[in-house]
Amino acid sequence: MSHAAVAHHTSTGLDSRKIAFWTFIGSECLLFGSLIATYLVYEGRSVSGPTTHEILNIPLTSISTFDLLMSSLAMVLALAAVQRGDKVWGRVWLGMTALLGAIFLGFQAYEFQHFVHEGLGFTTNLFGSSFFTLTGFHGAHVFVGVIWLLTLLVRSLQGKLGPEKALNVEIAGLYWHFVDVVWIVIFTVVYLIQTTPLPTT
Amino acid sequence: MATTAMPHSTTAGPTAPTGLWSWITTTDHKRIGVMYGVTAFVFFLIGGLEALIIRLQLGAPGNSIVSAEHYNQLFTMHGTTMVFLAIMPLSAAFFNFVIPLQIGARDVAFPRLNAFSYWVFLLGGLFMNASFLAGPLFGTGTLSVAPDAGWFGYANLTSPQFSPGPNIDFWVLGLQILGIASLAAGFNFITTIINLRAPGMRLMRMPVFTWMSFVTQFLIVTAFPVITIGLVFLMFDRVFGTNFYRVSAGGDVLLWQHLFWLFGHPEVYILILPAMGIVSEVLPTFSRKPLFGYAVVVYSGVLIGVVGWGVWAHHMFATGLGPIADSVFSASTMLIAVPTGVKIFNWIATMWGGRLEFRPAMLFAIGFIAQFIIGGLSGVMHASPPADLQQTDTYFVVAHFHYVLVGGAVFGLFAGFYYWWPKVFGHTLRDGLGKLHFWLMFVGVNLTFFPMHFSGLLGMPRRIYTYGADLGLNTFNLLSTAGALLTGVAVLVFVINMFLSRRGPPAGPNPWNAATLEWATDSPPPVYNFTVIPTVHDLLPLWRKGGMEPSPLPATPPAPIHVPPGSVWPLCAAIGIITMGVGALMHHHLVPSLATALVGLAVLVVSIYQWAFEPFEV
Amino acid sequence: MSEHTDVQHAGEAHASTKTYLVIAAILTVITIVEVGVFYMPAMHAILPPTLVILSAAKFTLVVGFYMHLKYDHNLFRAVFVLPLMIAMAVIVGLLFLFRVF
Repeated sequence: MSHAAVAHHTSTGLDSRKIAFWTFIGSECLLFGSLIATYLVYEGRSVSGPTTHEILNIPLTSISTFDLLMSSLAMVLALAAVQRGDKVWGRVWLGMTALLGAIFLGFQAYEFQHFVHEGLGFTTNLFGSSFFTLTGFHGAHVFVGVIWLLTLLVRSLQGKLGPEKALNVEIAGLYWHFVDVVWIVIFTVVYLIQTTPLPTT
Repeated sequence: MATTAMPHSTTAGPTAPTGLWSWITTTDHKRIGVMYGVTAFVFFLIGGLEALIIRLQLGAPGNSIVSAEHYNQLFTMHGTTMVFLAIMPLSAAFFNFVIPLQIGARDVAFPRLNAFSYWVFLLGGLFMNASFLAGPLFGTGTLSVAPDAGWFGYANLTSPQFSPGPNIDFWVLGLQILGIASLAAGFNFITTIINLRAPGMRLMRMPVFTWMSFVTQFLIVTAFPVITIGLVFLMFDRVFGTNFYRVSAGGDVLLWQHLFWLFGHPEVYILILPAMGIVSEVLPTFSRKPLFGYAVVVYSGVLIGVVGWGVWAHHMFATGLGPIADSVFSASTMLIAVPTGVKIFNWIATMWGGRLEFRPAMLFAIGFIAQFIIGGLSGVMHASPPADLQQTDTYFVVAHFHYVLVGGAVFGLFAGFYYWWPKVFGHTLRDGLGKLHFWLMFVGVNLTFFPMHFSGLLGMPRRIYTYGADLGLNTFNLLSTAGALLTGVAVLVFVINMFLSRRGPPAGPNPWNAATLEWATDSPPPVYNFTVIPTVHDLLPLWRKGGMEPSPLPATPPAPIHVPPGSVWPLCAAIGIITMGVGALMHHHLVPSLATALVGLAVLVVSIYQWAFEPFEV
Repeated sequence: MSEHTDVQHAGEAHASTKTYLVIAAILTVITIVEVGVFYMPAMHAILPPTLVILSAAKFTLVVGFYMHLKYDHNLFRAVFVLPLMIAMAVIVGLLFLFRVF
């Protein structure tokens, strides 16, 4: 009895999980799009409290941005390794991606607590509310991604992540890269394009 | 990699297992469809009861059947229930049962995700309705703390300052939970329709119901994230004290309106497109004639979906958008009448010259067309901002949307009930009672909503619990109340029909002699749907010679067919989510709230892992 | 479902490790340029459009190469690009409606 032949006829020859996941990513565009639109609409409208120019740390965030970009590199290398059955490098790169993601979260945690210390809290003003919600949603996505990657790493260590399971890694990769891409937009829109005048060096 | 022996049944038996546990763990789209239908119909009755109380209160001026506060809860819950707990899930019942059969598949792409959507819907609906009895738990001194700020919950009435009680928390959290169910189903059906069609079933050979549902799912997955964010902002304002809708902090209450209607307008197309799809199946069957202009009807549906994204601010013409915005949205709104009109002409052309059979399904489909036209006409009138400034927030709008949603969507859904009932249950509903249901409902609905055009233009505002006796509104309101009662009787006739028809004769595979694939298999279908997956050569496989191969389908499958096992994890995951919602409700008490939410999160995470790693082959 | 249908990998172009490293280098360079431009007062007037273009380039590179969209079936592109267009239209529309422009 050929389970595979019967169960896997598809109209497109593509895996259903990949189709579903890209659809999910499409809907996430709307999720983050609404958050970003709100941030932009509210920029410069805070009535009191710290605003962008006074508090955002561009050098630090540039490093964390670079860190996340490198994590995407680690992710594609992880996928390539798993696809060719390279157990060792698959685990190395999966672990590396998760580590870089965790480092990004570390930077973000530091930034958040520093801002609170400087007088910008979640409820301080419009900027605080929209900034922390936007970047917090992104950070939560990174966190989920790190857990996902660590799960895959454990599966690999259990010998259950061979090349026939590469799609699982590919889909985790799609998620991870998308989270990176959202950060690319956030870094530009929130950190680099600021309404208040730039420092004159 | 070959499958290893697994503890499930590779049964070739045509019937599904019985017993409560088999329903709790079911992943069969047909069973899930029935569960959606039953649950949604019960919520429809609840929403109808809320409407009847509203109409009794408004039947005469100066009435005191309910207090103003209870009246606010009634119209809020009526709207929220009918939109999210009745019409959407009734459509989902049809998506679930019919789509895999229409495309020649054995099930949806992700059966467990499908079950998950249902359980989240059920628990979310119960969560939201629990508010009617939850007052004592919150020490409010009232029994009911049901949401009371309208189904559209405008800021900043919904802010912690103006709605300090738990009512709006139930609303926000309930909608977020229901949104999860809809999104999951959206990903599922999009993938199913793209990827699980039978050989030969090109996209332009799919039945129109499947096509309209396909467009609907795209609207769901793009529109729901927007309201999710709008609700997140409201939730954060209420729970944490953020400033999204706080005017004193520079927040803009119009942000809520934009985010809500960015979702809300696609939502009304989500509500109507499936019903339009049903009508597009029923009319050709009972006209003995193919749908006129299939391709044009499909493209119009797609166009409605796409343009429907560009009209949202027509709900905000009275908010001071400015002349440019007003003009842009007025134009796009008028534009969307075009593909809609095209469909109507195509439906009429389908009937023209056909051999019409006025079975109940057909009556409801024709009723849909007539009443949707009326609703569409008042809609086009709203599209003009200056005219809308008089109409908005009056009963003229109430007339408009009830004509399209009751006269349209609900009639379309009833057409679907009568049409597909034999496929689901093996016997038809009774014709005589069906026609009585139709005529009572047709008179009732028109009697209820037509007078509202007049009371609206005379200035009767929406959302008022009573009105003065000398405003000239008495007769119109009395007529509406009489119509509502008549409509209630009509629905009762349908309920009686459901029960009385159970002993009817077996319907056979194709009682209506219809054209699409679901009619090629038994009524009800075997658990695996088709003995063999047919190859399709035509848009109307059962009407055209050689349209389907093999024809007829063999009586038994040539080899044992693998049937996926059930799973308890979708329900467990849903329970985890609801528990998190309950925790969030308690946000005024930090420790119990956090503890409950964390327990819910733990249940959810464990369920997800178990789901991911349990052996499950489709 | 434990099988992976290899259909989409059969005979199609695939980025190599070298390509990934080159992309990573380009992304790094663009980021450095973005930050550099941010600190140049002379660029102040055209900062937003410059940054939007640069970050759009990064976006496209990650989506096209790392997410493999350049090499994959058109279906994935359609399913992603349509909602992306809607999201961008929503952002632009709201910016106009709230008179940010």
